[in-house]
Formats: sequence, structure tokens, C-alpha cells
Amino acid sequence: MSIEGLASADLECVYALLAAAIDRVGRAQESEFLVRLALLLMQAPVKVEAVRDAIISAEAALL
Amino acid sequence: MTRPASRPHSLYFDYPHFDFVAPAEMTGKAQRHAVVVVGAGPVGVSAALALARHGVTVVVVDDKATFNDGSRAICIARHSLEGLQQLGVDQRFTAKGLGWTHGTSYFRNQPVFRLEMPHNVDERFPPMLNLQQQYIEQYLVEHAQSQPRIELRWQSRVLDVHVDRHGVALRLATPAGEYTMHADYVLAADGARSVVRQSLGLKLAGAAHEGRYVIVDIKLRSDYPTERRAFFDCPGNPGATVLVHRQPDDIWRIDYQLDDDADESSALAESTIRARVAAIVAMLDETAPWELEWWSIYRAYTLCLDDYRHGGVMFCGDAAHLVPIFGVRGLNSGLADALNIGWKLAYVVRGLAPPNLLDSYSPERRGATLDIFAQAIKSTRFMSPPTRGHRLLRDSALALAVEHEFARRLLDPRQSQPYSYGASTLTSDEHDNFAAGPASGAPLRNHRCGDGTFLLDHLGPAFTLLYFSGDGQVPADLRATCAALAVGEEMTRLLIIAPPGAAGEATLIDDDGRWFAAYGASPGSAYLVRPDRHVCARWLRLDPAALNSAFERALGCNSE
Repeated sequence: MSIEGLASADLECVYALLAAAIDRVGRAQESEFLVRLALLLMQAPVKVEAVRDAIISAEAALL
Repeated sequence: MTRPASRPHSLYFDYPHFDFVAPAEMTGKAQRHAVVVVGAGPVGVSAALALARHGVTVVVVDDKATFNDGSRAICIARHSLEGLQQLGVDQRFTAKGLGWTHGTSYFRNQPVFRLEMPHNVDERFPPMLNLQQQYIEQYLVEHAQSQPRIELRWQSRVLDVHVDRHGVALRLATPAGEYTMHADYVLAADGARSVVRQSLGLKLAGAAHEGRYVIVDIKLRSDYPTERRAFFDCPGNPGATVLVHRQPDDIWRIDYQLDDDADESSALAESTIRARVAAIVAMLDETAPWELEWWSIYRAYTLCLDDYRHGGVMFCGDAAHLVPIFGVRGLNSGLADALNIGWKLAYVVRGLAPPNLLDSYSPERRGATLDIFAQAIKSTRFMSPPTRGHRLLRDSALALAVEHEFARRLLDPRQSQPYSYGASTLTSDEHDNFAAGPASGAPLRNHRCGDGTFLLDHLGPAFTLLYFSGDGQVPADLRATCAALAVGEEMTRLLIIAPPGAAGEATLIDDDGRWFAAYGASPGSAYLVRPDRHVCARWLRLDPAALNSAFERALGCNSE
């Protein structure tokens, strides 16, 4: 699975859904929600290398 | 809008003074007008020019004695310039304005997105043109003053409006007292605080969005090219957003987002404005001295009327809808309103089309507004995230965009695009499978002709039929049908597009076959185009009966 594979309209849709879900669960449970989401997304067809690269990219943006 | 305390006038623009002239009504000559336009701003005067173009005499009333103060709307989209060309005023706009094709978005001073708007040799106009609103108003008003069918009444403030089955009555206040005008139709183009709208008890409905922006114009000499620059969480406004646009006369527009808890009165104090602008100018690496021109504050709204028509009153521009500035849709959608209602109202007033042609105005233009809302709400949420969830997503997208192409797609500011009237009752259903070209309802797409002119230079004032011919000839029965498709004295213009060397009577030459390809056309294909240059029908192979039917439908003759 790769986000780069999403069409622009789908990407925008995911963006809005994710923003709304983060607001619903609230700040206290935000981290837990995002970790669960990440694990659930592992159920989609995905290669471990792609996950590792995504983790590195996401972490790099925070450094 | 505020100017510096030490200089209450503009640095670069001399506002004219328009005298009040007593109208016929005040000298005992009762008149009934076909159309009165309320508001001499860009939308109102454009509507008046569109009506006059189709032979209707129109009176424009405005409460001011000069133009609107301040540069206000500055970005004119290509589709608006094409409309202004139809009104005969485009040359002054392009001579003075600054065209641009791209923009750059920055996150913490790193470029993260490059906006490239489509532009090629087939376009006469740039995708965007920056020009201060007072110039826009000047060019339009001066053109209106040269039109014998347009009467401009300045210093005439509408007090109230009454609509009944006989028409519309407007009571006005002037320096010489009050008087009443009677009209068959009124176009309300009197802005966001529309007196016409309030007088009729109508309200805009919708939402206000997060984020307040200070809008400042400064005079600054700089060689930086004309483009849209957007800065997110930048040194000039940490944690918030800044937009920068160049205007003619060395004027620069700076929009900067206020902190959520900022006190508005202190944020608008001149000393605060100077300090904030100084930080942004420093961020831009500009070292030349600068002067303040004016400033104001802005909040994004998505508001519109439920119906843009109320009896004999039609609402245009900000009187009908308020849209966020992000994507530059305010003035541009208002001009599209004016061009849309202009030809329809003219034909109805002159008895050349049934009154129900006007029924299409609100669905078409309100549909455009709702489409704008869908786009503008996304842009506004990106510029000013309304919740923690949106802010997390926005900031993550910006950070990832530094390295990742996929995230850059989320940064697209979604600049103003023309709306397609594909669902309109005036638009014929498509039965042919075109491989390319503007679909029914979409605006015509410009094309450079073999002689260096452009397709849109050749449109008639009324309907136009583009006929693609292999040999420059048009079948006799089709030619006869087209010749009979007139609205009063306004004939449907037949433009024949043919390859070079065609022996017939081609009016436009497709030098290299690109035109046929761009329009998905083969010999016998045709596009029928409305006076506001939207396609109302197209055929891969046209027959006279289909042309007749589409023409009648586009004039509202087939609607219930």
C-alpha cells in the first residue's frame, strides 16, 4: 500500500476524514488512535520495506 | 479600510469626483425604466455594459461620488478577462495589469509547492492578472460613460425597494432630495451589505470560517516577479500564514493571519501594522524603503442567498454571495454573474426570449457559488485550520511536502475556474462521444488562429456556431438554418474552421490540425455557443433540426 497511489480527490478525502476523526477522539486519545490506525492499515497489501520507509519519512519531518 | 493618519489619500491613485445630476424624475418627467442596476462597482457596471451590448437602455445608481476606496479585489482570472474582452474593455486591463502564471508556497521558509497554471500559445490572456480594483472600476465606468445606452447616477442612495407584479419601485436619497424610480427589472449589485437585499428582507445563509486576516497594501520598489507567494509558519508571522501579491505602481498586497486570541483593535493600530509589515518585508529580503497605502481586516465566509432572483430583482456579486478570498473567486464569480444575466435579461426585456429564460439565472449562478464553496472551504481550512485535527493534518502535509510529491497535491490553492452549466435547462444533452473539447455547458476554450488572432476575438454578440469543415464549405440546408437563428437583429455568427488551402469560405484556419484535435472534431462537427461564450450544444455531425432545437432550448423556449 502506498499513499502515493491515491488519486488527488481520494487523498483530499482521506485528509478530511482523518482530521475529523482526530477531532472526535480528542487530544487525550489522539496518539492511541493514530497508532491503531497505523496498525490497521498494515492489514492492507503492503511490504515491510514500504512501512519502514514511511516511518523514516514521518520521523524525519519531525526532526 | 484605514489609511495612515498622516496621509488620508492614496499614494498613487487620484479618485475622481462624480457630480450629482438631477434625474428626469426630479424635474417632473416620470419615467419607467426597463432595467436599473444598483451599484456602480465592477459587477454592476459590467452587467450594464452587457445589457447595453444587447441593445437595452439601463440606469446605474450608486450612493458614492467616486470609486470604491482601496485596491480590494486584485486578481482577475483568465475567464474574466475573456468576458471583459466581450465587453470591449480588456485592452486597458492587460496594458496596466500584471499577468502571472505561477506561485510558490513555503513552509518555514522552505519551498514546498510550485503552482503552475495552464498557459500556452492558444491563450490570449494570462491565467491571472493583478490589477487594483479602483483601476478596474475606472476602466469599466469610463467605458460605460461612452455608451449612449447607459446612464450613471452618482450620489443616489437606495433607501428601500418594493416588488410587485407590475415591477420594482426604488426610493432613492440624493443631495437634492428623495425620488422614486420605477423599473421592470432591478439588478442588485450593491455589495455585501446590499440595501436591496435587506430591504426585501432576504438574508444570506451559510457559515463563517476560522481565521482573521489583516490585508495591507504597501508601496515598495522591488524587482521580484509577479507570482502568488504563500508562507506557512514563516519567520514573518510565526505559526500563521502570509500571502503576498504584486500589483501595478509598485504596490504590494500582504495578507497575514492574526493569532486566534489577537485583539482586533490593537491589531489594526497603525503602529502594530507597521511592525508586522516590517517583519514580513524583512522575511522577503526586501531592503528598499516602503510606505503604507491602506489596511483592513478580513474573515472568510461562505454565504449566499437561497435564490438569486426575487420577482423582478436579480442579485449579482457580493449582494448574492460571499466567498473566501483564497482562490480569488469573489470578483471573478461576480463578473460571471453579470455576463450571465446580461444577455438573458436583455433578450427578455426586448421581448426576444420568454421571461422564463430568467429562471435559469439562479440555478446556473447559484450552482457556481456552491461549487466555489466546496473548493473554497478546502482552501480556507488549509489556510486557517479550524480544529486541532485539521491543524495536525495541515502541518503534517506541509512538512511532508518538503520531500514528498504526493503531499504537495494537498497544497494546491485551487485557483478560480469557470463553472460549467452542464446541468442547466438551457444546455442540450450530449449524445455524441467527443474525445476532446469543451463539453456542453463549459466555456469555450480559446485557440490561436492561423492569422495570429484568437477564436474568442471572432465571437458574435449573440450566439455563435463553430462549424468544422473539411473543405471550407457548409451544407446549404445547415447554412440556411443558421441564418434563420437570430435574436432580433442579432444574427447567429457562423464561424467555419477548416484546414489550410480549403477552397470554400472558411473564416478561421486550423494551420496544423491541432484545433480539430483539441475540439475532438471531424468534418461536420459543430459547437453552438451562448452569448456568454458557454457551449450550449455540440455535435460530432450536425443536422439542421438538432441545431434548431438546441437554439430554442438555449433561449428558454423549451423550459416549463
